[in-house]
This record gives sequence, C-alpha cells and structure tokens, in this order.
Amino acid sequence: MSTVNIKIEGIPYQVENGLTILEAAKACGYEIPSLCAFNHGECNAASCRVCLVEATGARGLVASCVYPVAEGMEIKISSQKAVEARRRSVELLLSNHNKNCQQCDKNGQCELLHVANVTGARDDAFAGVHSETYLDTLAPGLVRDTSKCILCGRCIARCNNAHALGILGFENRGFKTFVSPAQNRSFAESPCIQCGQCVNVCPTGALMEHSEIGLVDAAFRAGKHVIVQAAPAVRAALGEEFGYPVGTPVTGKMIAALRRLGFERVYDVNFGADLTIMEEGTELLHRLTEGGTLPMITSCSPGWVNYAELQYGDLLPHLSTCKSPHQMQGAIIKSYWAKEKGIAPEDIFVVSVMPCIAKKYEEKREQEKVNNIPDVDAVITTRELARMIRKSGILFNRLPDEEWDQDIMGDYSGAGVIFGVTGGVMEAALRTVYFKLTGKEKEEIVFTEVRGHEAGIREASIDINGTTVNVAIASGMRSARVLLDEIRAGKSKYQFIEIMGCPGGCINGGGQPYVRSCFLPEEDDNILDTYKEKRAQALYSEDERQVIRQSHNNPQIIELYEKYLGEPNSHLAHELLHTSYAAREKFPEK
Amino acid sequence: MGKLNAAADQKIREICRRNLNEKTPLMIILSDIQNEYGYIPLEVQEVVSEETGVPVAEIYGVVTFYSFFSLTPKGKYVIGCCLGTACYVKGGQQVIDKFSELLHIKPGETTEDGLFTLDALRCIGACGIAPAVTINGTVYPKMAVSQVQEVIAGYLNKENEKEGAPA
Repeated sequence: MSTVNIKIEGIPYQVENGLTILEAAKACGYEIPSLCAFNHGECNAASCRVCLVEATGARGLVASCVYPVAEGMEIKISSQKAVEARRRSVELLLSNHNKNCQQCDKNGQCELLHVANVTGARDDAFAGVHSETYLDTLAPGLVRDTSKCILCGRCIARCNNAHALGILGFENRGFKTFVSPAQNRSFAESPCIQCGQCVNVCPTGALMEHSEIGLVDAAFRAGKHVIVQAAPAVRAALGEEFGYPVGTPVTGKMIAALRRLGFERVYDVNFGADLTIMEEGTELLHRLTEGGTLPMITSCSPGWVNYAELQYGDLLPHLSTCKSPHQMQGAIIKSYWAKEKGIAPEDIFVVSVMPCIAKKYEEKREQEKVNNIPDVDAVITTRELARMIRKSGILFNRLPDEEWDQDIMGDYSGAGVIFGVTGGVMEAALRTVYFKLTGKEKEEIVFTEVRGHEAGIREASIDINGTTVNVAIASGMRSARVLLDEIRAGKSKYQFIEIMGCPGGCINGGGQPYVRSCFLPEEDDNILDTYKEKRAQALYSEDERQVIRQSHNNPQIIELYEKYLGEPNSHLAHELLHTSYAAREKFPEK
Repeated sequence: MGKLNAAADQKIREICRRNLNEKTPLMIILSDIQNEYGYIPLEVQEVVSEETGVPVAEIYGVVTFYSFFSLTPKGKYVIGCCLGTACYVKGGQQVIDKFSELLHIKPGETTEDGLFTLDALRCIGACGIAPAVTINGTVYPKMAVSQVQEVIAGYLNKENEKEGAPA
C-alpha cells in the first residue's frame, strides 16, 4: 500500500494513496459534510456539491467525494471560503425542497437536515420557484415523493448494484429533472420488486416505506384481537434505532415493548419458520424422490417472488409452493389458534413486524388468502416499530427482558432463527431433510458451507446417506439471475436453491434501520462494510443458544401436526400453508 | 400498451445488433430508431433494453434528456426553432411564438392533421445565421417573424397540390 503525505488545516498526515479527499479526511478524523457520496463510491455522482473543500493544486473548490489526494496536498476544510460554499450548496438544495419536516417520517434520520445543521444553512436563503413534483402512493411497499428528492442518484445506483434492475432513472433535464421509474410510472406499474433497497439508501424522505401504522391503530380502536408476530431479523437490528451497537440482539426488550404497545399476543415468526421447513422440506423430498421439478427454489422472500413473476415467468414451477413463514403463521392463528380460543377469524387482526417492505405487497396477494380472509392484516417494518415505540413514550432502553407468549405457538428452534440471514433457510432445511432421509440427526449441525452475509453465490454438495444433494444460495437479483439463467438453459446442476431478494438476506432488508456513519459516531469507520456480518452474528448466536435446533424437533410443531394438520403437505396443510404464482407484465397497460 | 408487431420488433433488434460494438451504442441506436420511425415509445425502449442490457428507466432518461428524441409520433414536417443563446438574442423566441400562434400548438406538440410538429431546439451550431429554423433538414437563415406565415403557407400549398394532382 503506497501512501502520500498531505496536510489538513496545516497538520501533516500520511494517508493511503488513491483515496478521495473525503475518505482520507475521514481516516484522519474529519467528517466533511456530504450527501450524494455513499458507500465507497457506490454512488459518486458529485451532484450535491455539499462536500466542497479547498485543496492545493486544484482550481477553485473541489468536490472532496471524487477528488483524489496527492503528494503534498494541503487541504482546508474550515476556511471561510469552503465553509460558505458548503452552506450555500445546502441552501440551494433546501430552496427546492418540501420542508414539511414535522410531518416527515424521516425526521431525526434525515441527512439533508443533518448537513443543514452542520453547515448552518438557512432554509429561506434562496426563495424561488419549485420544480413540479410527483407523489406515488400506489405501490403497497413504498412511496416516492419527488418534492423531497435531492437528485443524488443513490437509489438508482443501489437498484443496479443489488439487482441489475435499474428501475429508477433520471427523467427530463435541468430544473425539470426528477427520479422515477420509466414513463414516470408508479412502482406498482413497473418491474419494481418492492424490496426497498432504494429506501434504505435515500438520504431524505423522498423514498419511504408505505406506512401501515395507521391500520394497526385502527384495529386497536375497533376492538379487534390484535396479535403481533416478529420476524427473526428484526431483533438483530431494532436496537440500532435506540442507540445500541450494531449487532446487539434486543429480543427481550422488543417483546416487552410489543406487549406495552397493547398487542394481545406476542409471537415469534420462528414458529412459522419451523412450519415452513416442515412443509418445504417435505416438498423437496417429494420432488427428489418422485421426479418433481428441480431445482426447487425457496419462496420465503417476496422480493424474490416478485422478481420471478416479472422476469422469469417460465421458471415459476421451480418455486416451492410454500407460503412464507409469517403468512403460514397468520393462517394458523386464524384457524387453529382461533378455534382453540373460540374467536372468529374475522375478529382477529394479525400484524407482522418485518425487516421487509415487499411483505406489505405479499400480505395483499389474492393467492395468499384462505376463504377470502388474508393471513396477515398489516405489515410494519423494523423502522415503523421503532417509530411506534417512540410515539408511545416507551423508554426502550429501560425495558426489562421478557419472553414470547408461550401457549400453542411459543416454542421455536434455532433453525427458525437463522432464516433471517442468507443461507439460513437452506441450512434449516438441510437439518430436517438430513433427518428425514437418514432417520438420525446430523452430528455436525452447522452447515458452514452455506453460511455468509453478503450478496453473491455460494454452493455446496451435501452427502446424505450416499445421495449427493447439490445446493446453491444467492441473495440480490444480480446474483440470482446467474443461477436462473443456468436453469433456463437446462444447465443447472443443483437440486435446491435458496434465493433472497436483498443482498445478505433479511438482515439487510428494505425495512431495516438506516445505517449512516454520520448518525453512528460510536461505530467504526467501516460500519457500512460490517453491519451485515454483525447483524448475522446476532442471529447465529441465538441459534447456538437454543436447545432445540431442528424444526422437526419443535414440540409445538409436532403437536400442531398431531392435533390439526395431520402431516406435512396434507390436504389441510395445502389449503392453509401453500400458495401459487403467476407471470406478470413488466409494464402493464395503465 | 400495445406491443410491437413482429416486423417492427425484428427491425428494432436489427438496429440494436448492428450498433452494439459502437463506443456509445445507446445514443446511436436511439438516433437510428428516431430517424426510422420518428419516435421512440416505451415498448420500443423495452426491446432496446433487452438487446443492450441498459435498464428501461435509463433509456427513458436519455430519450427525455435530448430534445432530438421523441416519445410520440412527429408530424410530416418537423419545424425546429433554435433557442440557443445567439438565436434567442436575435429574436428566436418571437419566431417560435409566431409558429405556435399560427399552428395552434405548443412547442413539442403536433398539429391534429399530423402535418406539423413544432420543436424548440438548443444551439444547433448555426449562430452566424441567427435566428435559425430548420424544417426537415432545410435551414431557414435569419428568420423573421413576418416570414413565418409565408413559410407555413409554402408547405400547405405543397400538400394541396399533391391532393389536387391526378392519381
């Protein structure tokens, strides 16, 4: 690694050659305000002009996010010229911004407001014309409000990096420019998979999840039996919203908070995950032994299911017909549980807390309903849950640790917990499939080959009783399409594939807390590189703490089949727990 | 949205494939399609996206960025009024306003009979003859507001003659 000598405000430093001024300054302990620069140049449009500094050898001020350091360079961050220029850049952005910050759900986590504070920008410095704006609220998953867009391009970059989809682009030119799907369509009328990765990187409130907090409030007011179930990945990240270090599991406090919010029952979706493994594992065994469509692909991730329906309609028979865990559990709550408690399914309102925004689309699918009753009535994201907790006045950090409700669906295995990370569903399924095929538990319970926390493809060959099962895992559609094209070409060597919509799996879902170094002063500089691994670790450690680590050994799952469902893939199981898919047009007629 | 017919689909794919090795294939492909069909609607952009791997939203962005590309069919005669700095200073705005008034269309629109499209152009590099107007490639130098009526009449007469001519 070659280095160069630079000076910042006259103080000499030695930094890595090739860094931008912004990165070099960070390494030396300076945070230059910036907006469009994100994640090691994932987005480096240099469009916002917020990070201007003085540097010797350059004419005028330079955008530090793209300007590389050089030997002998003297950088001035806090010269009057630089400070004023940065303030002016922010004031110009504010002059064309919808400043209804009180009503904005991004308030408190808005990077524009943050740089406005840091630079001392006044919102009335440049009063003038506002460009025409558009509001898209048609998609169940996410909302686009161009009145808050600063045209940084991070969302465009993320959609391309994660999925090679490029749903969003800059439309028109000059003052009329705005970011949108082609033809200024709604996300709902474009090939958007509603994963929410763009929401995760938006610095302002221009891209947000479609909030369903109002639905939950209304259900409470209507006196419904409001039941909540939380997905595994939520506990691994919720703490970040309340100042805990990234990767701190806050399961006990989350349960306590949910109870204090007034939910009648607080369940873990892990029970549903165990149920999914029973159904999906059995389906895989059927396909393996009776010549079904192979490879079978998991169907837990609604972002991935959307992608399949929009881009690979011909491969839909490869998808497992299993519903995702929270849908399965919702169906069980409204049937088995309702019967046990003597409550009519219509009077039950099931809320899922999810790291995901595509789940907001999934819950509304016709194919997910049983007797025209939806399994789940509202989906709120990890971020929305944090908002509800703050609104209710609950001091999260002072809550005691509490336990899940333990009646007929409180138990769960470690296999269910790891669903939240890429490779987890595969590992959980293999634990059970191994047992079903051999009649004994695998001694080495951890399938390290399938573990990971990043996008990309991993593969493994597992020997079960002399039969080799080839498996592959992909997260993010950019990786997944490689495996899908192999299947399409008839060249796939796998029997079982796990695909997750978001890079890294649910821990990095579109509904998870924002990771911004400017709001995480206690974290390392490289937190954007490590947060996925830290969140994944929180889940793997919970798996290790569980006594029962295979879905088929969960006593309440065994009881559910004995008392109600019969056996996996039974007629009743199919009615409640399985679904269907249909190819969709990318740009349907409006 | 009506999907493309097989012949058009084939033709668009041909245009894409013969340009894929160019340095900036997208611009050349879109120019060729614009010249061939006079406009580039979304269903054509979808085909271009499939062939080039460029996302539809990005193609849509390019098409809406450059005024040379059009999303809707253009008229038989495309009147381009330059509004670059020199032409603007020399009265280009008054010229385009006059066309607009006489044809009853705004810049970017096409007359109901499909004869004329009015376009506002950025600098076309003809500053020496400002204000410049081009109609289907013919350049009208130093255009005056008073000449506009005459120019339109010339094209209308041409059309009427054709209609009157024996088959």
